[in-house]
Amino acid sequence: MKVLVAVKRVIDYNVKIRVKPDNSDVDLTNVKMAMNPFCEIAVEEAVRLKEKGVASEIVAVTVGPKAAQEQLRTALALGADRAIHVQTDERVESLGAAKALAKVVEDEQPELTILGKQAIDTDNNQTGQMLAALTSRPQGTFASEVAVEDGKLKVTREIDGGLQTVELALPAIVTTDLRLNEPRYAKLPDIMKAKKKPLDTKTPEELGVEVGSKLKLVKVEPPAERQGGVKVGSVDELVDKLKNEAKVIS
Amino acid sequence: MSILVLAEHHDGQLAGATAHVVAAAQAIGGDIDVLVAGENVGAIAEAAARLDGVSKVRVADAAVYAHQLAEPMGELLAGLAGDYSHVLAAASTTGKNVLPRLAALKDVAQISEIIAVESADTFKRPIYAGNAIATVQSEDALKVITVRATAFDAVDETGGATVEAVEASVDNALSSFVGEELAESDRPELGAAKVVISGGRGMGSGENFKLLEGIADKLGAAIGASRAAVDAGFVPNDMQVGQTGKIVAPELYIAVGISGAIQHLAGMKDSKVIVAINKDEEAPIFQVADYGLVADLFEALPELEQKL
Ligand SMILES: Cc1cc2nc3c(=O)[nH]c(=O)nc-3n(C[C@H](O)[C@H](O)[C@H](O)COP(=O)(O)OP(=O)(O)OC[C@H]3O[C@@H](n4cnc5c(N)ncnc54)[C@H](O)[C@@H]3O)c2cc1C
Ligand SMILES: Nc1ncnc2c1ncn2[C@@H]1O[C@H](COP(=O)(O)O)[C@@H](O)[C@H]1O
Repeated sequence: MKVLVAVKRVIDYNVKIRVKPDNSDVDLTNVKMAMNPFCEIAVEEAVRLKEKGVASEIVAVTVGPKAAQEQLRTALALGADRAIHVQTDERVESLGAAKALAKVVEDEQPELTILGKQAIDTDNNQTGQMLAALTSRPQGTFASEVAVEDGKLKVTREIDGGLQTVELALPAIVTTDLRLNEPRYAKLPDIMKAKKKPLDTKTPEELGVEVGSKLKLVKVEPPAERQGGVKVGSVDELVDKLKNEAKVIS
Repeated sequence: MSILVLAEHHDGQLAGATAHVVAAAQAIGGDIDVLVAGENVGAIAEAAARLDGVSKVRVADAAVYAHQLAEPMGELLAGLAGDYSHVLAAASTTGKNVLPRLAALKDVAQISEIIAVESADTFKRPIYAGNAIATVQSEDALKVITVRATAFDAVDETGGATVEAVEASVDNALSSFVGEELAESDRPELGAAKVVISGGRGMGSGENFKLLEGIADKLGAAIGASRAAVDAGFVPNDMQVGQTGKIVAPELYIAVGISGAIQHLAGMKDSKVIVAINKDEEAPIFQVADYGLVADLFEALPELEQKL
């Protein structure tokens, strides 16, 4: 079956961001960018499905600026067969991304579409669910295990109380949680080969969708900084401080 | 303005988070209804009716809503949303699963995990693992919002709302429930506990989490973990605190053998008092800790348990 994987270009997860002095947004100039970690897990899952003979073709897709092609090339190096770039310089949030992805799903008709559960820039956790609604497909969100059985998809989901397993009709949408798999690194020869794999560029206009966010970003501020506290010298001192200074235990 | 709050419930009980979401609805202002969807949820509806500020509890009681699968829940909510200016739910795994589906069906944005209400259309929410706070304004006629429960104080339970049934059963051929493995614990829920003690990779093994249990017993604490501890298989996933785990804001948070990665801090740095126990005095967790103890946890924990 054909598997579509959505990848997003975001800030590298190790980078501590700064807010712009004019509070208009966070400052991303000269900041290291990478594939969203949950998308890496999505690509890895697709590749494993292909290695198992379940997936026949993997198509990676992103919605974003020209530079986001880097992340598509990464997906190709990791094992995607071809890529689709919906190119735009607008500020795209989950609904806009989901609308563009829905068009790609309509064109490509994948049986399975895998997304990350959350982009670590907006921390939205919405796109997969929205895509599922827009394409009238079932959703297996926050997946820690995915298996194709008898033409259905069995998804184990990480929920607040533990784990839940659901069965979904195919075609379906899955979003990845951290424990679904451990992504591999791209090897140099694969990175070279990826440069020759097909990468198709489209515009939102060609797809007939508006991708710009309707949510107005009024202001971005740094969070209230916590004052670093004191070091205590012993367990006795700790207990004393908690009882008599912080008064959080009795 | 009229607001619909999706009730959070598990195991036949209204979850505490709902009272916090109703508080967020009160901050927006207007008439507040609560939707209880599930199977055999009469008692839950009664509990919801006692929440202050609620005018009406609407009950969708049908087998198709058991387990609150996203597909039928999204459809149910989309059918009801026309009566409202806002639909709110807790930023729980249920709220996060269902509300974006509703938003897309209504062609509106969803605003995730708000921590403050500025006005009926303007909200604050953390982005980049809480390293920035965004103020966002929605121009959509319908605002679909998930709420970080710990950011709003729960409303009291002295109310007496009316309860009425919703005649809206939908079909669901897309998904079905297979099973659940729920963690059983006599301890308080992580999100609601007044004290949380969490262990990280430094704990070394799942067995060693016992060292936290004695302390948790004495303090009435919930036990949490870092992702590294969960990944290493020490403890189950539902104990993970952080950007992509649970968000906690207890009176007291004790981090043991946790280095303090930004993804972990995102889940606990709004705690009132933070204690860190770590043998590395350079560990970043000490930058946010009110009280830091540089010590080997295998010595410090037994002593702490004894002295409490
Ligand atoms: C997309 C993404 C999402 C993530 N989400 C989360 C999340 O939600 N929550 C989360 O926690 N992490 C999350 N992480 C992982 C995060 O980046 C860190 O890797 C993780 O928090 C580290 O856990 P830790 O502090 O337990 O382990 P480590 O960083 O390995 O720290 C262990 C600490 O234990 C101390 N120690 C060791 N032995 C002892 C001893 N005997 N006595 C005292 N101290 C000792 C060490 O000094 C060290 O500071 C996420 C990562 C990514 C990429
Ligand atoms: N602009 C985008 N292009 C491609 N995929 C996206 C985009 N935005 C979000 N996604 C996908 O949706 C997931 C969750 O993002 P979000 O719901 O926005 O937090 C990401 O991990 C991606 O798989």
